[in-house]
Amino acid sequence: MTVQQPHSHLPDEKGKFGPFGGRYVPETLIPALDELASEYKTAVSDPSFQMQMQQILRHYVGRATPLYHAERLSSMYNAKIYLKREDLCHTGAHKINNATGQILLALRMKKPRIIAETGAGQHGVATATVCARFGLKCDIYMGQEDVERQSLNVARMKLLGANVIPVTSGTATLKDATNEAMRDWVTNVRSTHYIIGSVVGPHPYPMMVRDFQSVIGREARAQILEQEGKLPHYLVACVGGGSNAMGLFYPFVNDTDVKIIGVEAAGEGIHTGRHCAPLSAGSPGVFQGSASYLIQDADGQVAPSHSISAGLDYPGVGPEHSWMKEAGRAEYVSVTDSEALDAVRLTAEQEGIIVALETAHAIAWLKHMSDRLQPDTIVIINCSGRGDKDMNTIVRELELA
Amino acid sequence: MTRLKTHFQNLSARHEKALICFLTAGDPDMDTTLQVVRALAAAGMDALELGIPFSDPLADGPAIQASSQRALEAGATVAKVLELTRQIRKHLPNLPIILMTYYNPLLKYGMNQYAADAAEAGVDAHIVTDLTPEEADQWKSLSVMHQMDTIFLLAPTSTPKRIQWVAAQCTGFVYCVSRTGVTGAREDIPAELYQTVQNIKSSTSLPVCVGFGVSQPEHVTTISAFADGVVVGSALVNLIQAHRHSSTLLQQVSDFTSALKQKTLPDA
Repeated sequence: MTVQQPHSHLPDEKGKFGPFGGRYVPETLIPALDELASEYKTAVSDPSFQMQMQQILRHYVGRATPLYHAERLSSMYNAKIYLKREDLCHTGAHKINNATGQILLALRMKKPRIIAETGAGQHGVATATVCARFGLKCDIYMGQEDVERQSLNVARMKLLGANVIPVTSGTATLKDATNEAMRDWVTNVRSTHYIIGSVVGPHPYPMMVRDFQSVIGREARAQILEQEGKLPHYLVACVGGGSNAMGLFYPFVNDTDVKIIGVEAAGEGIHTGRHCAPLSAGSPGVFQGSASYLIQDADGQVAPSHSISAGLDYPGVGPEHSWMKEAGRAEYVSVTDSEALDAVRLTAEQEGIIVALETAHAIAWLKHMSDRLQPDTIVIINCSGRGDKDMNTIVRELELA
Repeated sequence: MTRLKTHFQNLSARHEKALICFLTAGDPDMDTTLQVVRALAAAGMDALELGIPFSDPLADGPAIQASSQRALEAGATVAKVLELTRQIRKHLPNLPIILMTYYNPLLKYGMNQYAADAAEAGVDAHIVTDLTPEEADQWKSLSVMHQMDTIFLLAPTSTPKRIQWVAAQCTGFVYCVSRTGVTGAREDIPAELYQTVQNIKSSTSLPVCVGFGVSQPEHVTTISAFADGVVVGSALVNLIQAHRHSSTLLQQVSDFTSALKQKTLPDA
């Protein structure tokens, strides 16, 4: 698998990235997906849509976010390490980039109601935020287990006027929240737009969410050229569904000298079976609307996932990541819960930045890169979100109380 | 001629409509499912829709979600459902058997192997809920090769152009989803259903059967006036769950089924 074929023209008209992606949904949703794909196509070539998007991203979301040279991490790992500060976006994570794009589409389609799924709660907060800003009704599905471990974000969503619906079916985490959101959408499809929060689901979502998140990589590319006069050697980002990663990676896909590393959650360790690393330890399948890598048993049943990070606790992954793996364009690795916790502490102590548990997975990979790092090696890590939402877990696990 | 085609022709000659019953295979266990199927057949069921349980049934409501979960916990696998199908076929050589599932369990089994094994077990047709004709080229040719029907769904949201195209990919019958929504017993029949069925019937000569939410004898009466059959699922699944430990289980499902079947008869 050493093919380094640029593929930025994908997906094809059926939403396929090679054998991955596509549309595997109940018939009821097909017309809505057709409508969405067509509206999206019209919107992206409409200067007024682009202008509105730019305005909101600049004045409301707070873009561009800094590309910050993390000097103490750099000297520790003997390389030039940059953090793309998505944690400084309004609401505290990259999720708002996509929520902004999709709410503008919902307004164009005249859908008065928004639904979304959320794991860590960051996408739920981002969606509730844009719904408040534009005055749309908002229902957020969230697994019961996540409602408990991300209680701060639940309170934020409620304060923003959203209705948070706890999901108790299945494993009561992100995958089940997504199932429930899909069921709601099948039922209320005529009045409702479903803002999927990651580069997953049926076409056109993986493409559309990637495009909305690509602002991360476009900015980072221009910023590193300005600060270093050249492209980075490595991009590193955590991968759950994979939207922050795809947002950073995509604008560099054709820069074949830039090595791309996605870090999955190994949970308690891949060998324990309690992880959510489909690209590292799963196999191809069809799940929640698209063909992609998946954690599943021998009978094609989706296996329960585990991660200390609610945002990575998902048995599937975006189809374009599966394709980048298959095409050899990106490497996918994993780190454990405890490595991620160490990285939270390290980044707080060395850089004064409290990162989200998701983000910490990307930072934790640095210690596995030592044989590849030289003093002039440039590494951009996507600092996808801030860690305030995880303080309950962090206090407990790092025994800070 | 396939069992489905023969059966619909016989029904049509008698001016009857089809009663299709859905059960989750292996809830509460495979042996009970077999006994229930035999009771339903004796009570007048025209065709069986047997669900291969999937961990993430996103088109299903709470009843079939819970039923699928119970079946999986009781050890149901694709291979065991095919084994159950062989047993049913042995007892009921003429009963049309449709397997209903999601795409991933079949993919994991291996599509070629699955199609061969399903045909050998006596399966007549499939409904794969998350596989629309756009993605079904391979599945359709495997089904043709093994002489099994491919039934696709049409919904109230399907456009006229899509209705024509999807109906043309169906064999056996066309499954009309009664409402925008998931499976599950409902109180009423949506007003728009009549028009949806008419739209489908104007595009195909195949029988059109209606499912999702059909749970009461009055529903069957209403739908039998304009469609060729009904699919009843969640109501039966709920009944089995309620009486699973009772000695009257078979009597209960049998009574329910014959009450529904009555409503498909010409003088009903």
